[in-house]
Amino acid sequence: MPQTLYDKLMSAHVVREEATTALIYIDRQLIHEVTSPQAFEGLEIANRKPWRLNASIAVPDHNVPTTDRSSGVSGIEDPISKLQIETLDKNCETFGINEIQMNDIRQGIVHVVGPEQGATLPGMSIVCGDSHTSTHGALGALAFGIGTSEVEHVLATGCLWQAKSKNLKIEVNGTLDQYVSAKDVALYIIGQIGTAGGTGFAIEFAGSTIQDLSIEGRMTLCNMAIEAGARVGMVAVDDKTLEYVKGRPMAPTGEQWDKAVEYWNTLHSDKDAHFDQVISLNAKDIKPQVTWGTSPEMVIAVDGTTPDPDQEVDSVKAESIRNALDYIHLEANTPINTVAIDKVFIGSCTNSRIEDLRAAASVLKGKKIAQNIKLALAVPGSGLIKAQAEQEGLDKIFTSAGFEWREAGCSMCLAMNADKLESGERCASTSNRNFEGRQGQGSFTHLVSPAIAAASAIAGHFSEVK
Amino acid sequence: MEKFTTLTSIAAPLDRANVDTDAIIPKQFLKSIKRSGFGPNLFDEWRYEDHGEVGMDNSKRPLNKEFVLNKDEYQGAQILLARENFGCGSSREHAPWALEDYGFKAIIAPSFADIFYNNCFKNGILPIVQDNKIMDELFTVKGDITIDLNTQSIRANDKEYHFEVDEERKRRLMNGLDDIGLTLQYADDIKAFEVQYFKNYSWL
Repeated sequence: MPQTLYDKLMSAHVVREEATTALIYIDRQLIHEVTSPQAFEGLEIANRKPWRLNASIAVPDHNVPTTDRSSGVSGIEDPISKLQIETLDKNCETFGINEIQMNDIRQGIVHVVGPEQGATLPGMSIVCGDSHTSTHGALGALAFGIGTSEVEHVLATGCLWQAKSKNLKIEVNGTLDQYVSAKDVALYIIGQIGTAGGTGFAIEFAGSTIQDLSIEGRMTLCNMAIEAGARVGMVAVDDKTLEYVKGRPMAPTGEQWDKAVEYWNTLHSDKDAHFDQVISLNAKDIKPQVTWGTSPEMVIAVDGTTPDPDQEVDSVKAESIRNALDYIHLEANTPINTVAIDKVFIGSCTNSRIEDLRAAASVLKGKKIAQNIKLALAVPGSGLIKAQAEQEGLDKIFTSAGFEWREAGCSMCLAMNADKLESGERCASTSNRNFEGRQGQGSFTHLVSPAIAAASAIAGHFSEVK
Repeated sequence: MEKFTTLTSIAAPLDRANVDTDAIIPKQFLKSIKRSGFGPNLFDEWRYEDHGEVGMDNSKRPLNKEFVLNKDEYQGAQILLARENFGCGSSREHAPWALEDYGFKAIIAPSFADIFYNNCFKNGILPIVQDNKIMDELFTVKGDITIDLNTQSIRANDKEYHFEVDEERKRRLMNGLDDIGLTLQYADDIKAFEVQYFKNYSWL
């Protein structure tokens, strides 16, 4: 029977099947400091050991400062952030788990580090106590976020109980305009299907537009599958995938590489595979996107206007629009490109890879950020990306334009470290969530691509690339 | 984990769609390395007038009187009524920990985000899906609502509603079973799988 990519990845990992769930084997568990302490505590209390040590790799990212780190973990100002990172270090040492520590050049955001190190390989089942684990599906892996009880379960058993998701194919065909990126595709899709549109589904992104995306672009897209409600987002393996993986520190070599490639080349949906739902979109319809509200589905094109709740027939939706406009201090029917911003954040597991930094830098080159911008941050996704960007001179472009050039981490995506918005501040952000208070209590987040973030920094308000 | 069989309680109606886990438990409280004590900060930004931080004496903070959990009639509610896509966003299990620590044992909504839905079962909370029409009826209920997991039924306002739940999850919830202990019963199966698996995928 023809199978989808998701079906193939699932069936390769089934240890045991029950009526509605299956026990699936986990190849790789990524660990960070926020969702793991209680899992390790659980192991300790039950006197259990990790099932397979080399399945796991840990890296601190959410709490790390992105400013000077020369005094190490002990120099972290926030005592609670410090405790969480110290706890991760201690747990990894106690249990013998491979950890990339804060001041290692390979440190960075867990979803950037995994693929970069070759810890993420096509065909793998990958979990992490973080919903953006869907990112790794860009390499043809089965990757999804789990809760802390499940983190403990995978540590203890090497496996996880999973109900099978339904298959959803989102096809995008055609050529994207210049300055329309994977981020805009992701936001556009969420705008079309809603934040619950993918609930219960594993999404496979397909079509010529997706094939034309680089692997980094595919990661941006799969990263946001969860914002459409789907725990899993995937793209089939192709030559770009193989080229990306080859030579990574943890990737196979020699004879093992050849054997792996033979298998990886089967990691695509069969020709007549059945999808429970198919959505087809046209690249031509996708313009640069800006979110206007407090959910990623509240999104419009950069030349669009905020919606009017009085025009919405569904009363729950109208109320959501009203709540969102009220929270974010915008009137209905406001052209978004007239809205001034206070801060700009380029970074996060969505948009902190070298191509993202290049895209922003190409817009910023020779320009300055507007007077009204209080702070503009460029935060590479890993120490290695930072080093590469510096080698290419991108850091100089950012700093000459008025950006701050920081150390790798989650930074201002989620206000768990020192990088936060103050109440009432409005930010053009390349991150993935614009929920109330996401970047700091009472702050306003607008999700955009790196190019639009850069253009808006120059203009002082939301703007297309001029 | 505590067993869940039947529950009779008043229900607090949270009339908002797309309530995300950031709203359920704001990120500043995620820095705890413990599993308990999140209840006082459940829905922190909506519940209090001031900005909440770790280590504050929550009993002294000004309450937002308009927020549902602060209204007299909903004190002691163990059932939460919610709208579409409840629990979306971050996978943090702190969200069900906070709900459970506050005292909620069941949540009824038209739909839940996947990860949150899973996390509920791991923490003895029963998430129940009912369609919008029934939700509208439940939102008008003034007295107690009774949930019977064994018969998969909800009784409210002299009406009875049926709900679906996965058999295995039901069994685990009704018996308060620990997932890891159950899985380790299959340790031999896992080991046998590994032998074959690493033969097939020798580069891993």
